[in-house]
Amino acid sequence: MSILINKNTRVMTQGITGKTGQFHTKTGKEYANGKNCYVAGVTPKKGGQSYEGIPIFNSVREAKAATGANVSVIYVPPPYAAAAIEEAVDAELDLVICITEGIPVRDMIRTKYKMEQQRSKTLLIGPNCPGVITPDEIKIGIMPGHIHKKGPVGVVSRSGTLTYEAVGQLMELGLGQSSCVGIGGDPVNGLKHIDVMKMFNDDPQTEAVIMVGEIGGSNEEECARWIKANMKKPVVGFIAGVTAPPGKRMGHAGAIISGGKGTAEEKLAVMEECGIRTTKNPAEMGKLLKSALK
Amino acid sequence: MKIHEYQAKEILRKYGVTTPRGIPCFSVDEAVSAAAKLGGSVWVVKAQIHAGGRGKGGGVKVAKSPAEVKSYASSILGMQLKTHQTGPEGQKVRRLLIEEGADIRKELYVGMVVDRGTQRVVLMASSEGGMDIEEVAARTPEKIHKVAIDPLRGLSDADADGVARKIGVPEGSVPQARALLQALYKAFDETDASLAEINPLILTGDGKVVALDAKIDFDGNALFRHPDLVALRDLDEEDPAEVEASKHDLNYIQLDGNIGCLVNGAGLAMASMDIIKLYGGSPANFLDVGGSATAEKVTEAFKIMLRNPELKAILVNIFGGIMKCDVIAQGVVAAAREVSLNVPLVVRLEGTNVEIGKKILAESGLPIISANNMADAAQKAVAAAKGAH
Repeated sequence: MSILINKNTRVMTQGITGKTGQFHTKTGKEYANGKNCYVAGVTPKKGGQSYEGIPIFNSVREAKAATGANVSVIYVPPPYAAAAIEEAVDAELDLVICITEGIPVRDMIRTKYKMEQQRSKTLLIGPNCPGVITPDEIKIGIMPGHIHKKGPVGVVSRSGTLTYEAVGQLMELGLGQSSCVGIGGDPVNGLKHIDVMKMFNDDPQTEAVIMVGEIGGSNEEECARWIKANMKKPVVGFIAGVTAPPGKRMGHAGAIISGGKGTAEEKLAVMEECGIRTTKNPAEMGKLLKSALK
Repeated sequence: MKIHEYQAKEILRKYGVTTPRGIPCFSVDEAVSAAAKLGGSVWVVKAQIHAGGRGKGGGVKVAKSPAEVKSYASSILGMQLKTHQTGPEGQKVRRLLIEEGADIRKELYVGMVVDRGTQRVVLMASSEGGMDIEEVAARTPEKIHKVAIDPLRGLSDADADGVARKIGVPEGSVPQARALLQALYKAFDETDASLAEINPLILTGDGKVVALDAKIDFDGNALFRHPDLVALRDLDEEDPAEVEASKHDLNYIQLDGNIGCLVNGAGLAMASMDIIKLYGGSPANFLDVGGSATAEKVTEAFKIMLRNPELKAILVNIFGGIMKCDVIAQGVVAAAREVSLNVPLVVRLEGTNVEIGKKILAESGLPIISANNMADAAQKAVAAAKGAH
């Protein structure tokens, strides 16, 4: 088992004719069962063409009808990416993973609003995220597949490279992963830590979870409170940005401390209160998880 | 992106928000003639810098004669204005706003921000105008009223009126306050703002609702559709290193420590700063080179870091995903050859093509201190920075 995606998932790439879309579709196809998973691409007006043997369609709806793909990954450039999400939602896909970085917040507010109004069942991950990987089965996104291995640890994170860092540390200790989910660094986005945590809680393969957060917002705190009340598995955590100066945007649009809210200390304190073991040392995420597994 | 108060007021006026009449000035002479042009007997001389807290820092003065306008303008223009947002060195004042005086009966606060919790734009309002809203939130949270705004319908009459009444706008002025709040939201929405604040919003003796101050920040991701707003950017208000970095599409923030950090990914970049601090050092900057950095970009990043006179060591921390370690290694070698590298350089590479990357560094003959993991790298960088005194 795993969460969100597995070897039977059928994926379409929205924005498959762009350079980024092509590169990551190719590496996704080459990873584990990828050749059976990547079944379609979508680029308006390029329907009928193909890339690496993957047929291209003009719309998500057509791609879904023709191939049965129920998941999409989006590499569409920022000005058009929110519309691409809406297209996938309108086509009632199960899951949309939006990798695109730099989407205007106003666009995402409207897209999320639309999903809410339609009571859409489509799950959204991202934007501005590395994607999701279920090691040795399927990789959807921009993470390096080869650093992963199947195993008992779930990873959920707002950051891309920091997720790879956590995975790298787990691998040093011989610990594989059930699924790794990058939820992205934008302030208005899809699934939050709490949503992914609930899935890990229900997933029989997952025995423990690393939760990586960063400054800004209060999603980590909400997740921590849910964990205290409901989680059956050990969770360990790290929050990036203890040294970040207030008011400055640290790369991710969402990583900003405003008015003393959303500081790393505040988040770490709530997580500790809720029984999550945390570390202030990003080099010790793996060790901490291992000690919690016993 | 931030803009000045006078620019924010110009935008708000276009949407129908009432502000005092005012004229932006770049010299004392301009300030004196602006006061004459505005007429009246009371003027406000306001320093225009991007940081808040200007009044407390001595950057806002009320003048009761043209001579006072001249004297205040002379003392404020060119001063290093220190506020709680500028840092201890302050910010040099290069622009002034001369405004007509206002008859203040009551000071209120209104602001709008993107709220993560509701995933909407939220209107915040308070009867406690003229103070830091953060302070009000900490001391008297019950005095802050919030409404999440429906992105399709905008701010409704009922919500606008309700908030206006709650913050003490008298019945006769409620329609004016409603119009102002709705105009503020329209401006926020149409300009892709990330924050808009009117603090204080005042009630005048004759019942008018006027924006005495204004602050608007814009979403950097949306600037591609607002060339008119990009033209308002004032590079004098930004850190020169950050301006230079932005030209090369590097995400750089100057800090006050002495260990330069070059990292890929925002989260790992923050974590690298954190671990440096944890081992007793102090980061000189935040620098995310992104996922698609070229050797040229890495070279530019080195040049920007090396301009910092406080720099005592550099830590390169790369976990290659899309970013291949050999590309980074080539960039590091090219940069170290091109610029005169006068501080110790600690490099930690992990991920895609790591072996090739390490080989390139080893064969370069450069005095690079290589590290096996993040902790090792941070410890070596901290030790190197201490040794370089």
